[in-house]
Amino acid sequence: MYELSSNFLFISFICYIVATFFFGGSMKVNDQGPNRWATIGISITILGFLSQITYFITRWIAAGHAPVSNLFEFITFFGMMLILAFILIHFIYRLNIIGLFALPIAIIIIAYATVFPHEIKPLVPSLKSYWLHIHVTTAALGEAILAISFITGLIYLIKNINQSKSTKKTFWLEAVLYFLITVVAFILISTAFNASGYEAKYNWVNKDGVKEEMIYNLPSIVGPHKGELTTEGKFEALAEMPALINAKKLNTVIWSIFAGIALYLVIRLIIRKRIGAFLQPFVQKVDSDLLDEIGYRAVAIGFPVFTLGGLIFAMIWAQIAWTRFWSWDPKEDWALITWLFYAVFLHLRFKRNWQGEKSAWLAVIGFAIIMFNLIAVNLIIAGLHSYA
Amino acid sequence: METFKCECGHLNHVGTVICESCGKPQDETATDLLDMKYEGTARRSIVNNQTFIDKVWMFFSSVKVAVVIIIITLIAAALGTIFPQRDLLPPTADPATYYQDEYGTFGKIYDFIGLDNTFNSWWFMLLVASIGISLVICSLDRIVPLYKALNKQTVTRHPGFLTRQRMFGTTKVENITEEIEKAKKNLIKKRYKIREENGNILAEKGRFSRWGPYVNHIGLIIFLIGVMLRYVPGMYLDKALWVQEGELKPIVGTNQNYYIKLNDFHMETYNKKTEGKVYEEAIERFGNDKIPKNYQADVTLYKRQGNLIPGEEPKLTKVKDYNIRVNEPLKFQHFALYQVDYKIGEFSAFLFTLEDKKTGKKLGPLKVDLQNPKEVYDLKNGYKVELRNYFPDFYFNSDGVPDTKTRKPNNPAFVFKMTTPETPKGEVAFVAIKQNIEPDGVNKYKMTFAGIETKDSTGLTVRKDLTLWLLGIGGTIFMIGVIQGMYWYHRRVWIQNQDGEIWIAAFTNKNYYGLKQELKKVLGDTKIELPIDQQSEKSV
Repeated sequence: MYELSSNFLFISFICYIVATFFFGGSMKVNDQGPNRWATIGISITILGFLSQITYFITRWIAAGHAPVSNLFEFITFFGMMLILAFILIHFIYRLNIIGLFALPIAIIIIAYATVFPHEIKPLVPSLKSYWLHIHVTTAALGEAILAISFITGLIYLIKNINQSKSTKKTFWLEAVLYFLITVVAFILISTAFNASGYEAKYNWVNKDGVKEEMIYNLPSIVGPHKGELTTEGKFEALAEMPALINAKKLNTVIWSIFAGIALYLVIRLIIRKRIGAFLQPFVQKVDSDLLDEIGYRAVAIGFPVFTLGGLIFAMIWAQIAWTRFWSWDPKEDWALITWLFYAVFLHLRFKRNWQGEKSAWLAVIGFAIIMFNLIAVNLIIAGLHSYA
Repeated sequence: METFKCECGHLNHVGTVICESCGKPQDETATDLLDMKYEGTARRSIVNNQTFIDKVWMFFSSVKVAVVIIIITLIAAALGTIFPQRDLLPPTADPATYYQDEYGTFGKIYDFIGLDNTFNSWWFMLLVASIGISLVICSLDRIVPLYKALNKQTVTRHPGFLTRQRMFGTTKVENITEEIEKAKKNLIKKRYKIREENGNILAEKGRFSRWGPYVNHIGLIIFLIGVMLRYVPGMYLDKALWVQEGELKPIVGTNQNYYIKLNDFHMETYNKKTEGKVYEEAIERFGNDKIPKNYQADVTLYKRQGNLIPGEEPKLTKVKDYNIRVNEPLKFQHFALYQVDYKIGEFSAFLFTLEDKKTGKKLGPLKVDLQNPKEVYDLKNGYKVELRNYFPDFYFNSDGVPDTKTRKPNNPAFVFKMTTPETPKGEVAFVAIKQNIEPDGVNKYKMTFAGIETKDSTGLTVRKDLTLWLLGIGGTIFMIGVIQGMYWYHRRVWIQNQDGEIWIAAFTNKNYYGLKQELKKVLGDTKIELPIDQQSEKSV
């Protein structure tokens, strides 16, 4: 059952990639309204979505609990909800350009999930509750709907930012695109080194003076405190870190940044202009106001769902599992920060001068906060939520 | 309140942007789209701005101020998550040095400026309180004038009002009344409420969506009141309760009305042999028996009968047996008991035998309970052991005398007096773990260690929270309000007969795309042309 379910996930992944090309093709015909390319694109997307649903159900049957209990499962689920939100938005607005951006982002998210251990982990006592299913799924759905506003915001910015000269705006737009490329680069190098079975062991001394072993899956640029490489023939670290810093995580970050820069530069060399400038002609036909409106609508629809899943259901479960509804746990705090941020977004929309481009920037920041909560809080800041 | 008269004859409050009656924009020179927020009504914050209270009111009624307060709160909350908060430090950590030890200089600064206690700090409370005040004042400032404006709106609007709506169009048709009639029918089909006046139409639906923001703000205010209520004595209880297997204890916070007995405690882990193949890989990665499966305290709850008399055992009646697990607290009255901690294998009793050193003959065994040891152990036929002294957590104090550090049996030591027919005066021995000291010289008998009994303990949290119902109401009202405001739209369509032309204008508080789609259907079989989206006209 486990293998079967993994195969379905793989099929859906392929479907999303293929569908992206069809949405790309549809742009040549018309940006809005049905055309043959878009019809095929959305059909393949739905096929992929159904396949991913099958993955979800079969994995649920195999595990005995809904597969939303660790980072791999949660992030793939988030990707699936993003696809669902996209499908819904597609049938409301029929704006094909959204597919061209939403699908690749969902693909990156699902690919990112596969960097984490895939195996089915049994539930620890605090997760054994039906609230696991209710809270996590609703929160993910809310975040995914909110993420649609990021996608429309990004398209809005690519279309409307003046690329004729280099400005702060073009810089930050490139920064957003560079970040997406860095995630891709990170996925590529970790997958590549994982597939090659790279492993370098270090003996090191932690801050309490205790000797420990650290296993690197990427060649070490920075080594741990008083680290000694024990695996022969592997790359020796260039610099040693103090005991307070987690050298392995820092090493991964350094690799991702450099690989991201490398990939970005290669792309720049090929296209010979800013990526934003390169993408701009593709989105020129889109109606900016409609993009703005879809973004706002996504926040308007996603905000209540997120409140319900990310805060209210979360509080109910916390009262049952952790004895109190609010513990100021980092994940909770970031859910609150997300909520406050979108509350600000909704209030600023009252003012006409905050619609359009400013709204688009806010949507990008909002997505950054969601991603931070989804990933960084689990990996960097430990807390009650550090199950994965 | 000062007033002024519009050309239609209506008396408006000073500060009104759009006439409350005819909708004539007061700034006639402007031609851009009308800002329709709060229907252009005069709000208290605009009308009164003289006294100190007016100024405070003005400050908190501003959405801009509210947004700034929210952003400051948001940043403060983010800073508070950089390092763990003081009350969430691991139990073994020393809070005085933790931040410096763990995070170096940054940690020290973090601790110093008080971010280690962000969420309990006075300034964070102040921020949350400001949000609360802003919620109240913003809502009051807007809801009354908005209600009045929407309630007494007239059907026929000033041309200046119509032309400056976002959706506006004019059509020349021959049979005006017939076309308006057709549109009216279609609007009714779309569930618009229609009001007519001199052949002009005001079609409106979803007005209740406009109240959504105020409803959700009321929900938030109730929620915040619920949060404050916790600080009222008696509303909230958070106590730890440790119970050992076999032990019966009064439950803290219940005035000894309830007692609990721990019958058994289990801790289970995932084992490769007993679990199916599905979990094999995960168990391998984390280690066999390393992933916890269940923490469970099997308890019996008792209720005390009659009054509490000092020195007398309370009369207890059993209420129920219950297995407390994580996620499955035991609830009774307003209380809930949660499984949060445990200790496995604490010493509960030591077993000894009385041994004749020469012959090796053993008597006993006798069992010394480490919580409540008996003083005398009668081994029959003239053999007797007395426990003269007991040190549950034995050490030599600064005077070099045996003493106990705590009441917990971490390192028990005993002074026994052994009496036998052969030694009627008795022999004294000091017995501790791996020690046997005979102060009187050579004894004939000795106490031989014969085993340990251990017991598990459960660490429970006793919780009472009488604020939950209010939080529940606040949360529910918030959700109703936010759904009401977000998932429904207030739409209005004005169709007027203006000198042989049909003028049509439309308004919605959000989702103009949806409104346009609807107008396409409404005007589909009429000759009235679709109104133009003047905003996108401008941006293109």
